[in-house]
Amino acid sequence: MNTRLLPFYATLLICVLLYAACVIQFPNMLSTRVLGNLLTDNAFLGIAAVGMTLVIISGGIDLSVGSVIAFTGVLIAVLVSHHGMHPLAAFAIALTFAAVFGAAMGAIIHYLNVPAFIVTLAGMFLARGLCFVLTTQSIPINHPFYTALQGLYWRLPGGGRLTFIGGLMLAVFAAGIIIAHFTKFGSYVYAIGGNRTSAELMGVPVARTTIGIYALSGFLSGLAGIVFSLYTSAGYSLSAVGVELDTIAAVVIGGTLLTGGVGYVAGTFFGVLIQGIIQTYIVFDGTLSSWWTKIVVGILLFAFIALQRVLVFVSERRISGRTIARSTG
Amino acid sequence: MTANVSPQDDVLLSVENIHKSFLGFKALDGVDFDIRAGEIHALLGENGAGKSTLIKVLTGVHQPDSGVIRFEGREIGVRDTLQAQHLGIGTVYQEVNLLPNLSVAENLFIGRQPKRFGFVDRREMERRARALLAQYGMDIDVSADLAQYSVAVQQLIAIARAVDLSGKVLILDEPTASLDRNETEMLFAVMRQLKERGMGIVFITHFLDQVYAVSDRVTILRNGKLAGTALTKELSKIDLVSKMLGRTLAEVTHTTHRTAPPASARRISFRGYGLSRSIAPFDLDISEGEVVGVAGLLGSGRTETARLLFGIDVPDSGKATVDGKEIRLSSPREAVAAGFGLCPEDRKTDGIVGDLSVRENIALALQARRGWLRRLSSREQSELADRFIKALDIRTSDMEKPVKFLSGGNQQKVILARWLATNPRFLILDEPTRGIDVGAHAEIITLINRLCDDGMALLVISSEIEEIVAYSSRVRVLRDRVHTAELTGKDINAATIMRTIAADTPLGDEPMEAKQ
Ligand SMILES: Nc1ncnc2c1ncn2[C@@H]1O[C@H](COP(=O)(O)OP(=O)(O)OP(=O)(O)O)[C@@H](O)[C@H]1O
Ligand SMILES: [Mg+2]
Repeated sequence: MNTRLLPFYATLLICVLLYAACVIQFPNMLSTRVLGNLLTDNAFLGIAAVGMTLVIISGGIDLSVGSVIAFTGVLIAVLVSHHGMHPLAAFAIALTFAAVFGAAMGAIIHYLNVPAFIVTLAGMFLARGLCFVLTTQSIPINHPFYTALQGLYWRLPGGGRLTFIGGLMLAVFAAGIIIAHFTKFGSYVYAIGGNRTSAELMGVPVARTTIGIYALSGFLSGLAGIVFSLYTSAGYSLSAVGVELDTIAAVVIGGTLLTGGVGYVAGTFFGVLIQGIIQTYIVFDGTLSSWWTKIVVGILLFAFIALQRVLVFVSERRISGRTIARSTG
Repeated sequence: MTANVSPQDDVLLSVENIHKSFLGFKALDGVDFDIRAGEIHALLGENGAGKSTLIKVLTGVHQPDSGVIRFEGREIGVRDTLQAQHLGIGTVYQEVNLLPNLSVAENLFIGRQPKRFGFVDRREMERRARALLAQYGMDIDVSADLAQYSVAVQQLIAIARAVDLSGKVLILDEPTASLDRNETEMLFAVMRQLKERGMGIVFITHFLDQVYAVSDRVTILRNGKLAGTALTKELSKIDLVSKMLGRTLAEVTHTTHRTAPPASARRISFRGYGLSRSIAPFDLDISEGEVVGVAGLLGSGRTETARLLFGIDVPDSGKATVDGKEIRLSSPREAVAAGFGLCPEDRKTDGIVGDLSVRENIALALQARRGWLRRLSSREQSELADRFIKALDIRTSDMEKPVKFLSGGNQQKVILARWLATNPRFLILDEPTRGIDVGAHAEIITLINRLCDDGMALLVISSEIEEIVAYSSRVRVLRDRVHTAELTGKDINAATIMRTIAADTPLGDEPMEAKQ
């Protein structure tokens, strides 16, 4: 079996066990209603995490995610509520801005050869700062189109609802999986994460791909911002603080190596779900502080990084112990 | 000295008066070079002569400072490797240049994957990959990660990829360094076939026999300058070598079969040493002042023996003694503490710390041995580096240059220097001359003889029989993971060694070696 897939299976298993454990304690949690809410509540996180997965597979990092979510939310609120723009037009503007913002960071990372950590850290401050330039208040959004979107859902068997934003997240994950495994762009992402110099020598368009990766992450952060504003019906400068760290946690728990080159978009989905399940549990329990989510996620992160180290060690051992590789026939 | 094999209009790719400097260091200094349709053109020169740099300028990795590149008569600028590929130039660079985290099929087809409904068709891609590799007699799981395969297999995959990419020109930078005899022959067969089809092939190597075996023309570089171009058949080996080195090479004095080491010499013994599934139990005695050569095909258990003796793999049978006292060798640390040293075979990936300077790389093992508390002063380090740069003729503009900027062969010399610097009692060298030019090759053989005279015990693994003959006091022959014979005295000659290696082994089906 491919040891690379082990962390992914481990995530899947933990996700199922965790859910089962919750259901044993609170049988009510076994319902499509809870599952539907799980998707709705974590939609913005999941969408942003898809972008983050590709960024991390390419060996980079994007710390600007939370700020871009907040900025797009505020931008849309200002455009719709103060300037009377139709939300769809505001969405287009916000998405374009987010994608261009990401592309610019990608260009700086590639052409100026500055570490992604630094560039996106600067991007994080910049986007957050821009929020406050627009407004310092929380701006509510009241628009018939918003109400319509918020009311949109597919009924699930058992009374649950798959809301528009929950469905959007599923669609984004599906698109992410296709991009990662069935497009040239996706193979370039893995190639750059594997070894940038080799990728360049093999003719991988490193510049174009790097810019594309960050543009995509920016775009998805923007989309997450839209989803977040649909979810909260407002734009607020101080929202989504630290969301980038939650997405990174989801990506790592999903089995993607922080060193790049290895990872699965599908794993990230379960990484997001695990975080969501813990939160739901806390809500059901009613006495626990929501900070327990952070504590459990922290422990899981440690466990997964340890697991990955062990796997890398084991597979190295195995390769060196194995004496006869497949023969050339 | 110019050659005229075929009319000028057959020229596929040519460069004129190319200059390329790195931080003031002239790597290429007015080089002319051309490659014609239907020829195999060997590009030769010492380590650091500028061969790889020329290739990288031709294929858009580096931009030349000045000079003209022409492709089929048209003047072009090569922006990047992708453009070179589109022109029909396939290249295997000297560095390992595939992606270990991608599947074999993806490595072969990245950037030109077959598509279906706009998406990559993995099934079709894997089918084509299997078909492509079948041409090289390889039947492997193409959906597995490349990292699963040995360096030799990876090298073949890189070659298959380059051949598949190259419509017109194929460039191979030391492709045979990690291939065994059969694989090399197979590669040559492919090269001849492509030549028949009118392709131009550039071939870089340090094995002069291979130059004469396949090439039609030779171009020689020396210190970044053109030293000459000639038809291979019109250039004698002696002329070739003197053009490369700028001097004649003193014939290496062969057969220094030593008499038994002095009785005072310490003796290192291994009894019944072995590891199941890796190497069958063997006995080995080696005294200070002795060189034991290890011969055998790739995959015969040579590297496994070295790993076991140095404690990288832990034996499951047998014991090791120094002067009758039993020692434990269950990690390289303990081996180093016992005065052992190992210069590994796969120096490309195992040894180099690319960002550290030449000086730091040389001092690394000695420092580790002394422990990090007793630091080598930077003066001591400089003296050490200076000594080995001279002894091994390491070509570097200065000792503070990051090792990654040295040429491939010079990087190998740095690793060799690192282990020599620890001045071990027992030194294991795995393929010490691989990728090293003829001049330095002779120097390393001299060095091995000198170390031995100074009282070091050496175990030297090599695929080059002549070389083994030149320094060994005894020769171990390995076959199919068993130490099958030990040759001494008059038996140490190329013919006997070859015969012992080949005994009973029908050529062509020896197992491949597993190296990570
Ligand atoms: N990126 C770089 N930066 C600085 N110096 C470099 C760089 N690349 C090559 N050089 C220098 O240019 C010279 C020529 O190197 P090159 O790799 O072309 O040698 P080579 O002929 O291929 O040798 P070998 O046989 O050892 O592979 C070397 O002295 C090397 O140190
Ligand atoms: Mg080279």
